[in-house]
Amino acid sequence: MKKWTRRAFIGAGVLAGGTLVIGIAIRPGNRASKVAGLIGKEGETVMNIWLKIAPDNTVTAIIPHAEMGQGVHTALAMMLADEMDADWSKVKFQEAPAAKEYANYAVAKGFIAGNADFPKFLEGTIDGIFLTAVKSMNFQITGGSASVRFTGQYAMRIAGAAAKSMLIQAAADTWNVAPEELRVDKSIINHPSSKRSATFGELAEAAAKVKEPKQPELKSQDEFTIMGTSKPRFDIPAKVTGEAKFGIDAVVPGMKYATIKAAPVFGSKVKSVDTTISISQSGVKKILNMGNAVAVVADGYWQSKMALDTLSIEFETTENDQINQEDIFAGYRKAMDTALSEGDLEKHLKSGDVKEAFENAVNVIEAEYQLPFLAHATMEPMNCTAWVHEGKCELWCGSQNPLGVRAEIAELLEMDLENVTVHNQLLGGGFGRRSETDVIKQAVLIARELDFPVKLIWSREEDTQHDVYREATISRMKAGLDESGQPIAYDHQFIFKHHPPEAADIPYDIPNQLIQYSSPKSFVPWGNWRSVDHSTHGFLTESFIDEMAHAAKQDPLSYRRNLTKNDARFQKVLDLVQEKSNWASPLPANWGRGIAIAQSFGSIVAEVAEVEVNVEGKVKVHRVVCAVDAGFAIHPDGFIAQMESGIIYGLAAAMTGEITIENGAVVQGNFHDYPVTRMEDAPKIETYILNSGNPPGGAGEPSTPLIAPAVTNAIFNAIGIRVRQLPISKNDLRLSIRPTT
Amino acid sequence: MVNLIVNGADFKVEAENGMPLLWAIREQCGLTGTKFGCGIAQCGACTVHVDGRPVRSCITPASSVEGKQITTIEGIAPDKDTLHIVQQAWIEEQTPQCGYCQSGQIMSAVALLNENPTPTDAEIDQAMSGNICRCGMYCRIKSAIKNASQTIQSASTL
Repeated sequence: MKKWTRRAFIGAGVLAGGTLVIGIAIRPGNRASKVAGLIGKEGETVMNIWLKIAPDNTVTAIIPHAEMGQGVHTALAMMLADEMDADWSKVKFQEAPAAKEYANYAVAKGFIAGNADFPKFLEGTIDGIFLTAVKSMNFQITGGSASVRFTGQYAMRIAGAAAKSMLIQAAADTWNVAPEELRVDKSIINHPSSKRSATFGELAEAAAKVKEPKQPELKSQDEFTIMGTSKPRFDIPAKVTGEAKFGIDAVVPGMKYATIKAAPVFGSKVKSVDTTISISQSGVKKILNMGNAVAVVADGYWQSKMALDTLSIEFETTENDQINQEDIFAGYRKAMDTALSEGDLEKHLKSGDVKEAFENAVNVIEAEYQLPFLAHATMEPMNCTAWVHEGKCELWCGSQNPLGVRAEIAELLEMDLENVTVHNQLLGGGFGRRSETDVIKQAVLIARELDFPVKLIWSREEDTQHDVYREATISRMKAGLDESGQPIAYDHQFIFKHHPPEAADIPYDIPNQLIQYSSPKSFVPWGNWRSVDHSTHGFLTESFIDEMAHAAKQDPLSYRRNLTKNDARFQKVLDLVQEKSNWASPLPANWGRGIAIAQSFGSIVAEVAEVEVNVEGKVKVHRVVCAVDAGFAIHPDGFIAQMESGIIYGLAAAMTGEITIENGAVVQGNFHDYPVTRMEDAPKIETYILNSGNPPGGAGEPSTPLIAPAVTNAIFNAIGIRVRQLPISKNDLRLSIRPTT
Repeated sequence: MVNLIVNGADFKVEAENGMPLLWAIREQCGLTGTKFGCGIAQCGACTVHVDGRPVRSCITPASSVEGKQITTIEGIAPDKDTLHIVQQAWIEEQTPQCGYCQSGQIMSAVALLNENPTPTDAEIDQAMSGNICRCGMYCRIKSAIKNASQTIQSASTL
């Protein structure tokens, strides 16, 4: 591996009792003592820490990321342990405290400013997802499929390698031999010629006195012994016994429960609430008018919910009260038309001469696509337990961004950051939703009015109706093909650009491209939804390329292959998915296959869906074959699980996922009207990983964007109807309306 | 006051106004393995057994199960040091992701296998489709049920 950064400083220290700690200060001026107090014991002085080695020879990896099922605690510990040649059975983990020293900033800055050896395309991801982070420094987010790619590569591995180097030096000094004569095997350092050996634990204290290496040597992929294997995940045993503690399970002595109802229309406020009757209800402690919401505090969730439901609350009217979903889409179209006619569309990408290329095209195709708002619908409804007392605030929640929570709450309460503590719990699903702080702020504002801790739990209805939503969009696409069917011109206008900024790029070799967007006003709150902008552009790009292939009368997979000739990684993924899906093999009537491929978050994923559309138009996805160039999969089984998860998450959205607005408010409320994929609808999924030798790619998101287009392309292949509006359930696919061929 | 028997232990709970069993179990019995997901019996996260049969505790009034044998995820293992066959299979297949729905999934799976130790794929689908997993681990849940089914069968042929 190349030099990882110029600016990193490795540091080490020893805790009382002989525990060696290794840290990396990527930012100058990192203060060691503060972190020591947070994760060390007995007040020892160290700097920011990524690992500890105890005298009993256990190695503890300190993981600065939240566990939401992606197996991050295990995968990152593996990266550290492998570089150390540690005995995996003696490796433990500890989630890092929400502290500035663990902010992604440290990692991001390290390779933005340093001699970064990450691929060019990742720059965009960093700029997008970490933009706020790098600026604010109060950002310890788990998201962007980034934990392995950034923290793992740039902190855990380096810390592990540094520790190993220092332990070797300590042994060499102790035995008065050359370090080159020593061998490390499973947390034991051996000197073969003299048959001496010592454990990491025995050498830890001496190692702390060794000068830290500036640039420890990292292993090449063929030297990995732990990375690339599927170690049982640390978090699973507690998740099968009910012992795993999620945010909603926090128990703080003396706490009461609260639930809340926010103004249904976004932007509205509470006009009045009649609190006189319900306060006397059994168990009710307090009713709070919070301006844009009403909360009830009671002995239990049920008592608070019952009381809340009986309250008579009036909300103020707003300019949004009359807005319905069709108005929103009409507004998008109008905004796009206006921007186009006035030349106000913002450029995303321009190459070649699109106007001339369209004039030369022999076949021009156009399509308009429409995508709905989507809610996250994490299994664990939003919640937070808060206790504001003695000038301090303590929080128990599952957050993708615990440090951001600390910073925002400190600001909200006008407290020093040091006085806000986040006890981060397991997350019952994140998907981007738990990078927000709205619920936590509510809990804090309620707790501020109480002299006891309070656990705020949202009902599922509140969760569905006050989410931050994946944007609804309209998109207009146009392509010009030459006489051989090759695209020579590509014109795409879309609504809203968030991140990653490269999401609207196409992987296809089309010489003349104009990609533009506009950003109309929207009163519906936006939030990161698994794979973010890729969730829309995966569908748009991969649907339209399929339309081009059809217009060119070419096989959609071959068409994609021809247009990505210069990208060896794409070619290999296409080959793999073609082979594993038996792409050309015949299917029964009304069955079809569809393909989609994209690169996102550092991984290249192709999916082939096999679907059946029955005479009533019901779509059944039987099988999904997923091929992925993972760069290098640190934990292959976990990677496969993430691919499966992303596919099912995207499939739920593709098939039935739709949040609609009526009179300014969200219509849907629970799983009966916001249905998600269940076991009976879940396809068989086969995932094939290609380790291409590139740096590890992301796992949590890259499979999500492709399932919708793979399925809709398969529907077209099956019955000749092109689905241009999601969800699929909105489309009439009955036999009687199908084109006859 | 309602008298509940949960995992063999007696609890006296305040459960007025039709309070569902879920909240009594979580907030008053202190057993948080049973989860709140939807409140309307749509997701299965709150599944417990009442006299051996799976019920959605979020819509079952606590007062309606007074005196009955209630079993939660914390009560299915044969003893403190041994996991239930289904829990063991769940670990072997590395089934959970976030894990939030898994107590309910396991309770539904245990109930299924108690009724039908050798379920077909279709029978698994039918028994398990009331349990939502937003991490989408349906392939693994099915594998784990089959794994447990095989363990039960090999145990019964010994």
